Amino acid sequence: MSAEKTVTPKLVVRDLNFYYGAERALKDINLTITEKMVTAFIGPSGCGKSTMLRTFNRMYELYPKQKATGEVLLDGENILDKKQDLNTLRAKIGMVFQKPTPFPMSIYDNIAFGAKLYENLSRHDMDERVEWALRKAALWTEAKDKLKQSGTGLSGGQQQRLCIARAIAVKPQILLLDEPTSALDPISTAHIEKLIDELKAEFTIIIVTHNMQQAARVSDYTAYMYLGDLIEFGDTSTVFTNPKRKETEDYITGRFG
Amino acid sequence: MLTLYARRRLINAIGLGISALAMLFGLLWLGWILWTLLANGLPQLSMAVLTQMTPPPNSAGGLLNAIAGSLMMTFLAALIGTPIGILAGTYLAEFGQRGWLAPTTRFINDVLLSAPSIVIGLFIYEMYVIKIGHFSGWAGALALSILVIPIVIRTTENMLRLVPNTLREAAAALGAPQWKVINLVTLRAARAGIITGVLLAVARISGETAPLLFTSLNNQFWSSDLNQPMANLPVVIFQFAMSPYQDWQSLAWAGALLITFSVLSLNIMARVLFRQKSTTY
Repeated sequence: MSAEKTVTPKLVVRDLNFYYGAERALKDINLTITEKMVTAFIGPSGCGKSTMLRTFNRMYELYPKQKATGEVLLDGENILDKKQDLNTLRAKIGMVFQKPTPFPMSIYDNIAFGAKLYENLSRHDMDERVEWALRKAALWTEAKDKLKQSGTGLSGGQQQRLCIARAIAVKPQILLLDEPTSALDPISTAHIEKLIDELKAEFTIIIVTHNMQQAARVSDYTAYMYLGDLIEFGDTSTVFTNPKRKETEDYITGRFG
Repeated sequence: MLTLYARRRLINAIGLGISALAMLFGLLWLGWILWTLLANGLPQLSMAVLTQMTPPPNSAGGLLNAIAGSLMMTFLAALIGTPIGILAGTYLAEFGQRGWLAPTTRFINDVLLSAPSIVIGLFIYEMYVIKIGHFSGWAGALALSILVIPIVIRTTENMLRLVPNTLREAAAALGAPQWKVINLVTLRAARAGIITGVLLAVARISGETAPLLFTSLNNQFWSSDLNQPMANLPVVIFQFAMSPYQDWQSLAWAGALLITFSVLSLNIMARVLFRQKSTTY
């Protein structure tokens, strides 16, 4: 499914280790995320998938006692370098969380919030940006008549699409999705999976999921993680149909996890 | 089986019965207090209470100067205490993860929260009233504001902690600097709870007598000069209720009724506000 696209590395992870205090949660991870493709991280709970995602935008720095060593190169630049400005980095790498997190403000302001941080848009341009983001997130038809209403009043699935719209309104290069559909019903999930497929034309997408069918459906590459180790990483079709490692096969066939 | 079930039902009934009795016992006193207040205070309420000054013994008058003084000092105390309390509470909740300053502040604040209010009155007496040489409205407002601060700090911190961390992460993930995350997202999410805290603090200080006895004292005449002793409802009630004069005692009842019902309505307002909060966040 990725034959006609050129393969460019976007994010290169080298010897990444992660610590929660003394506990080592990621062990010498090496992998390359390809531009404008969907890369899925699968594996049982507590094996480091979300931790990995949270190193890509240094979200872990909100908490003392968490630290990462090694390198994560975004277009060749190490983002773990303390010299990297944290906020501009996060503007380049958007994130959507497991539970929908609408801000306590109107739908319009939710989306304008991020866009306002780094761009000085006129009223008209901002209107256009909000519409663009909502259309991209397939929420425009449902939300266009209630842009002034609170974002917290939407349904769960709509809230999650609002959060995706909010993340892409900043025009990031990479979109991190941390189990974006685990709190949603099947119809909302289908909406969001369709969305991921459309969004990868413009964004590099990294998704953590517990749902293996989902990984198989939406991703081009799949990484299987277990207890902080990257067990297997490759083409989704290869990982799912012809895994190199026995552990991966056991997990995806449901014999374990 | 049936005996076990019957036993459970019996124990349940006994437990419920005891709980209900305990609740009734508690409510009885509240009801009694309100009833006594209404029975004694309601007949004394009249336009004169709201329009005339506190009278000399054995003559008619009202509570206007005391009501106005109470309103002024309470308002000023809230004005001084609220910003300090909100800022300090925000520091504790949002920056208090590291270092020794936040845990220490939190501990001292807890001490201040339960400090007897008469001690605070004495403190302002020593630090302010003695220095300037006379009782004053400012001193009263200062003493009350010291009561406001710990309450607002505590509720602000608690309300901010109720805001889920994922909301902070979501705002930070967009590249928002921390001050914007706090100002635009977390404080906004906790707004209703914080306003509730301020209202409860105002309710708390509007009935305080002890801190005012040593600070604003009382004033039999109209005065809006905060540098002069200032009349206020709690101290007037204290003096009038203890006096042997019938007119003064009646006015004390009227004042007590006024204070109780304004505190009650403040509390109800706070409840209503807080309930709305759960729908917005």
